[in-house]
Amino acid sequence: MATSQPIMRAAKGETILKLRGVSKQFGAVSALTDIDLDINAGEVVALVGDNGAGKSTLVKVLAGVHQPTTGSIEFMGQPVSIDNPGRALEMGIATVFQDLALCENLDVVANLFLGHELQPWALDEVQMEVRAWTLLRELAARIPSVREPIASLSGGQRQTVAIARSLLLDPKIIMLDEPTAALGVAQTAEVLNLIERVRDRGHGVVLISHNMEDVRAVADRIVVLRLGRNNGIFTAETSNSELVAAITGATENAVSRRRARKEDQEHFA
Amino acid sequence: MSDQNKPAALDRSDSRVRHDEGIGGAIRAFIDRVRSGDLGMLPVAIGLILISAVFASLNPVFLAPNNLVNLLFDAAAVGCISLGIVCVLILGEIDLSVGSMSGLASALVGVIWANMGMPVVLAILAALAAGAVMGMIYATLLNKFGMPSFVSTLSGLLALLGMQLYILGPTGSINLSYNSALVKFGQILIMPHWLSYLLAILPGAVMIVMGLGTMRRRAAANLSSPGLSVLLAKAALLTAALLIAVIYLNQGRGVPYMFGLFVALVVLMNYLLTRTKWGRSMFAVGGNREAARRSGINVNRIRMSAFMLCSSLAAFGGVLASARLATSSQQAGTGDVNLNAIAAAVIGGTSLFGGRGSAWSALLGILVIQAISNGLTLLNLSSSLRYMITGAVLAIAVIVDSLARQSRASHGR
Repeated sequence: MATSQPIMRAAKGETILKLRGVSKQFGAVSALTDIDLDINAGEVVALVGDNGAGKSTLVKVLAGVHQPTTGSIEFMGQPVSIDNPGRALEMGIATVFQDLALCENLDVVANLFLGHELQPWALDEVQMEVRAWTLLRELAARIPSVREPIASLSGGQRQTVAIARSLLLDPKIIMLDEPTAALGVAQTAEVLNLIERVRDRGHGVVLISHNMEDVRAVADRIVVLRLGRNNGIFTAETSNSELVAAITGATENAVSRRRARKEDQEHFA
Repeated sequence: MSDQNKPAALDRSDSRVRHDEGIGGAIRAFIDRVRSGDLGMLPVAIGLILISAVFASLNPVFLAPNNLVNLLFDAAAVGCISLGIVCVLILGEIDLSVGSMSGLASALVGVIWANMGMPVVLAILAALAAGAVMGMIYATLLNKFGMPSFVSTLSGLLALLGMQLYILGPTGSINLSYNSALVKFGQILIMPHWLSYLLAILPGAVMIVMGLGTMRRRAAANLSSPGLSVLLAKAALLTAALLIAVIYLNQGRGVPYMFGLFVALVVLMNYLLTRTKWGRSMFAVGGNREAARRSGINVNRIRMSAFMLCSSLAAFGGVLASARLATSSQQAGTGDVNLNAIAAAVIGGTSLFGGRGSAWSALLGILVIQAISNGLTLLNLSSSLRYMITGAVLAIAVIVDSLARQSRASHGR
């Protein structure tokens, strides 16, 4: 990790990506409305929100899968438009999608290097395999063989392959959409370690998760979305009830009512 | 592996995986693969043996060297078409118009070369260009309008047939000169014996040289290799099979140049599909289009390349067919050409569902198809029966493909 990076690396705390007033409409539905978001180098930003809050849509806009209807995106101080996934990758925005987006018919090596193979006209399989093993080692991944098709791997193993792939190109920003949803206890901890390691290398990290414990464990800032709009920025010190209130949009919500009911029951018991 | 102090190879550190080493291991791995539905070339091998046994018992002429030489002459044209079909099948698309495309190409050669008196090279280039343009049209219809290739090529089938009839005009058929190089190439040109033997030994030699190089590089990178014995056994088997085939063919007229050209195209396509970024992208698009797109692959361009290659190879197949028959007629490319080309690719092991296949399937599949067609002709069966039997063979091939796919899914491959 100590080796100097050849590419232009943002100083810690410098803003890499800046979104202002980004909106996305699918027909009559406004999935995102006037979203502002800053992503800084060496910082983990957690995106939280209920189902349908627009988290995945926002990630897809940044990954070049969807184009925003209105709004501006600045990357390293330059206004940019992320027209397609290839453009996002070139700029240095890597994404681990919720559905992982792996090709089941190809093996692990082919998936890791997909679209970025070494030596396009005479693939360097040996070099690619070595780098695949090294990368998976670094992530403490338990993949039995990198020459097996993805179809034969378990959910957790696929998740690891997807994360490894996003790191391959040494991106400036890595976005993880529900990275721990399919993982076991030890592997969740590994992924959280990994997120911190990636942050310490000076990358910006965007983490989407429903798991407040994970979010608090690693996030420097917690950005809450609600019904496609910004609904506050918090830190890991924020109390749980405050976060839940921001996510659900009311201090009086299903979670608080449930807690109150439990407390009442204890009181009368 | 003998050195105890050496750290385990990078890919050998997981104790849960059984590592198959040596010839025994290679055979065990092969059996595992077949059981889980990864049939590879097994159906073709079984099919060829069955077909040869049946036809040889019905008519001994079937196995005569000269009949096999004829079979190879016939196989080259449809084989080229089938090679193009492999490309679109890997994407999970289809081209149903390859027969008509080959017919139009053969008509173009007849009109431009025989009728208009232009150089033959120009005529062939025109045919190939027509194929490329047609492929471009299909890919554009798919990319821009989302028109399923199944429909666009079905309408293309009729349109191209109409074009073929239009440019042939009222006479309907143009004879090509028997003294021309093109027709000689398609009917009589045979490799000298020394060249055929050399070409039979070459693949095994290349296999060993490249295999040793790969082993050295893998060892240097601390990766395991399947072992020298497996490599040598494979090369020996291949060389023996090729030598026996060539010696047998040389009892008759010998190995046709036209078939050699077809095999060279197959080898080239195999390289492109397995050793280049383009080939990787083809399989990725066929396996999971959205994943390929998100990896930064230009899906539209990959589709464009596949359809253009398919139609161009179909056109080239049409040129070879006109050379073989020494005529450009209204019948060229009609009848069972379409079905034979598609059936050959599927029988050879290229999946209709996309993401799986190889250039070799065109070569192996066309041998099966041509053997059936040749055997039935020797039995003096009418084309009505031939069509029915070829149709049934395609149905069986697709059933095998579907069953293998279900088996792969249940075995997690």
